[in-house]
Amino acid sequence: MNNTHESPRKVCCPAVLKGLAGLTLVLSLLVPARALAQAMSKSQQPEKTYAIRGAKITTLAGPVIEKGNIVMRGGRIVAIGADAAIPADAEVLDAAGLEAYPGFFDAVDQIGLQEVGAVAATVDSHELGQFNPQLNALTAVHPASEHIPVTRAAGITEVVSAPSPGGFGGGGGGVILGQATVINLAGWTVEEMMVRRSVAMVVNWPDFNTRSFDFSTFSVKERSFTEAKKEYDKKVQELTDFFEEARHYQQAVEKGSAQNYIRDLKLEAMIPVLKGELPLLVLADRAREIRGAVEFCDKQKVRMIVGSGADSMKVADLLKAKNIPVILGPTLRLSNDEDDPYDKFFTLPGDLQKKGIRFALASFDVEFVRRLSQQAGNAVAYGLSHEDGLKAISLYPAQILGLDKDLGTLETGKIANIILTNGDPLELRTEVKNLYINGRPTSTDNKHKQLFEKYSKRP
Amino acid sequence: MKNPSVLGTILLAGLFAGLLAPALAAQDSGVTLIENATILTVTKGTIENGSILIRNGKIAQVGKNIKAPEGATVIDAKGMYVTAGIIDCHSHIAVEGNVNEGSVAVSSMVGVGDVINPDDIDIYRDLAGGVTTANVLHGSANPIGGLNQVIKLRWGKDAEELKFEGAPPGIKFALGENPKRNNFNPPPGIPRRYPESRMGVMDVIRQAFVDAREYKKSWDEYNKRVAAGDKAAIPPRRDLKLEPLVEVLEGKRYVHSHCYRADEILQLMRLAEEFGFRIRTLQHVLEGYRVADEIAAHGAGGSTFSDWWAYKMEAYEAIPYNAAMMTRRGVIVSVNSDSAEEARHLNQEAAKTMKYGGMTEDEALRMVTINPAIQLGIDKRVGSIEPGKDADLVIYNHHPLSVYAVAQKVFIDGHIYFDREKDLAMREAQAAERKALLEKAKKAAEAEKKAGEKPGADRKPDSEKKPDGAAPPQGKDEKPKEPPKPPQQVAVAGFLD
Repeated sequence: MNNTHESPRKVCCPAVLKGLAGLTLVLSLLVPARALAQAMSKSQQPEKTYAIRGAKITTLAGPVIEKGNIVMRGGRIVAIGADAAIPADAEVLDAAGLEAYPGFFDAVDQIGLQEVGAVAATVDSHELGQFNPQLNALTAVHPASEHIPVTRAAGITEVVSAPSPGGFGGGGGGVILGQATVINLAGWTVEEMMVRRSVAMVVNWPDFNTRSFDFSTFSVKERSFTEAKKEYDKKVQELTDFFEEARHYQQAVEKGSAQNYIRDLKLEAMIPVLKGELPLLVLADRAREIRGAVEFCDKQKVRMIVGSGADSMKVADLLKAKNIPVILGPTLRLSNDEDDPYDKFFTLPGDLQKKGIRFALASFDVEFVRRLSQQAGNAVAYGLSHEDGLKAISLYPAQILGLDKDLGTLETGKIANIILTNGDPLELRTEVKNLYINGRPTSTDNKHKQLFEKYSKRP
Repeated sequence: MKNPSVLGTILLAGLFAGLLAPALAAQDSGVTLIENATILTVTKGTIENGSILIRNGKIAQVGKNIKAPEGATVIDAKGMYVTAGIIDCHSHIAVEGNVNEGSVAVSSMVGVGDVINPDDIDIYRDLAGGVTTANVLHGSANPIGGLNQVIKLRWGKDAEELKFEGAPPGIKFALGENPKRNNFNPPPGIPRRYPESRMGVMDVIRQAFVDAREYKKSWDEYNKRVAAGDKAAIPPRRDLKLEPLVEVLEGKRYVHSHCYRADEILQLMRLAEEFGFRIRTLQHVLEGYRVADEIAAHGAGGSTFSDWWAYKMEAYEAIPYNAAMMTRRGVIVSVNSDSAEEARHLNQEAAKTMKYGGMTEDEALRMVTINPAIQLGIDKRVGSIEPGKDADLVIYNHHPLSVYAVAQKVFIDGHIYFDREKDLAMREAQAAERKALLEKAKKAAEAEKKAGEKPGADRKPDSEKKPDGAAPPQGKDEKPKEPPKPPQQVAVAGFLD
């Protein structure tokens, strides 16, 4: 190490950094999110080449490769196949006996936004107010959250972290919750983790129910059908008014000069939605709510994804006709209707598949994100094909969110998020032995393993 | 009847709730042979291509080449797996209304046995997941809670018939955040309740046992005087709160204590030792891995979650290795649900202990069968497939520790209480019946409208709503088990129960 060369650099470093930080800030305001994401991932491209040798590879983009290699560089897969050549300078993992799969993709959760559910100080997943389209989950993702290493050790390599409707511990009642972000579950900063800054606008569709749960008193409230409808109609009207307001703003922005309007962050955030660039992720469970949301999105001419969607089979024809996909809420749940079949949520993914409705599975959770593969496994047990079970937590969310050029399968050019397991990754006893996230070997170590090791050693 | 919708919904509720069970249990002949199955006996290894003979509700014979007696119902379980019915050591199903009598810090005068609701649909749902026995516990709002009730999931039977005859009685205790009530704001006008610290929790329990000792002493003295022929002896006034605690002191009633942190677990065990009794099961016991040696030495069982964590502060250092780690140190461990949903896949939750901590298949299976049976003191009756035991069995289409295993038939006392084939077959009939009833109610409502009745004219009857509008369940199920949003019902259950 040459000190004389090092010292002048040290002196100029802070200034350079400051300049860079300023530049990044400007960039983030002006450059479209996607371009920024690419610029970011380029800037953090690892120089090194990594390779996996001799794994059984399920690419989900073609037949299983019984014994093959995967080569990664710059965060992407550069070669894959039975005969893919491994460069001499690559850091190689001998994966004989292991199985490679695309890392799993949780299509809705609150990873990074919530640490301990009951401790409000650690919860950043929801805000006060009815309409908050200007909020973006990425601005609150905590890269040092213990949930991140715990979750990726279960084979989940990327997630949609989304604002939530709140609920326990306050909040709730909001309608437009903010923008969901896509992050890799590895990185020193959110900038390194970010895959796409904004992937959907989350809308908590108004409840249309005669029974509701009141978190402030922890009791069930009842109201008449007429009352419920009145309340529902009012909320939908308010949402419609907000969209109209945003449309006027959009016209002002597009037609007027900058001096003629006062900048409004809420309305500005709606423009990508109105332009059809950003889909609405509409959280709705009951059939009449889903129908209401479809009608609304039709009128507003905006793209829609159903989120949660407990009763999506009851509106299957409508969803099919409109080609609206569903990100299915946790399938390890019970129906609110006791007349529903006992296995309703287990069969739902297979039912949607048979009906030809695009769907993905998601946790809608934080600490239970690691049950994603269990959800898929149960769907397979009740009728979904095994391949679709895997795709429901990898390719399908990527497709629904418009990220299938980057994620969801193991193919050349895609982000190298790869898991290596000792068996069927949907099985409960299967372990994730190795992980690659964004083309780099990533540790499976986490708080739980550390405590296990520490207390196993207690004399 | 003024409002036809009321009639409609009563009809609906009545028909759907009552329909399944009698039809399912109808074909009993008393003798059944299950043959050609892979039998996971839990305690006596695995029998390939084996048979189980059931006679009068009990397992009569287990092994290979058992011939079907004359008149026996024969079930060919080729390619199937049979194991002992799942036992859930922490449940709140079948409780009418609130699971918590939270107004007082010691609620040992109440018991869930008084409020068993045999129509709770969660009984059927859990049964369909292979659960045959459940330890139905009072909630965790109080340091000393109410009495528990062990039930068998005999769907279709009445409340008394659900109760597990002869199961040792128990009581719920609770430590930490729930009895401290740190995660709740009392509704307006309701004052906070002592205790609000772990110190206070220990104080409440200790004081209760000081009182119970005094109470016991007064009865002992009275009984002594009576035995000595003293006819003037006046009995002490009965105290329904202290009576169960005296039973705890006498070792006649099990303590099932909700707990999370290692420190509180240790404190409770020491308090019990101070009064000369033992904690039967530590429930949740998420930090049990930190004091596993102490738990084993005390003799408590550990009944824990598979992989729950971080839903509240005291669960932040919970780890999925807990069950395996306690097992390795000599604790009898079960994996429980605390949730009607989780109970449906307890076999899967048990399987996770193989990944987290390296349990064997047998060890994993024990966590939801014989181990909870031991913890509940009912292991002579249930928990494994052995001659003489109750014929509580589950037939799965895959190995029960596989995520792909679906329960096909569930036996309790030798009767089939759940049959997937029949459940599937009945769905069409139910849908048709539902439709017919809705049509009928709709017509009645229209007729009523035509009659020009003013009152209630703008109040649409439920039956007029779209059939897929998911009419709310009627009457029962008041406890907020599944708040509509957020969908993470488990987290909520963890706070309440």
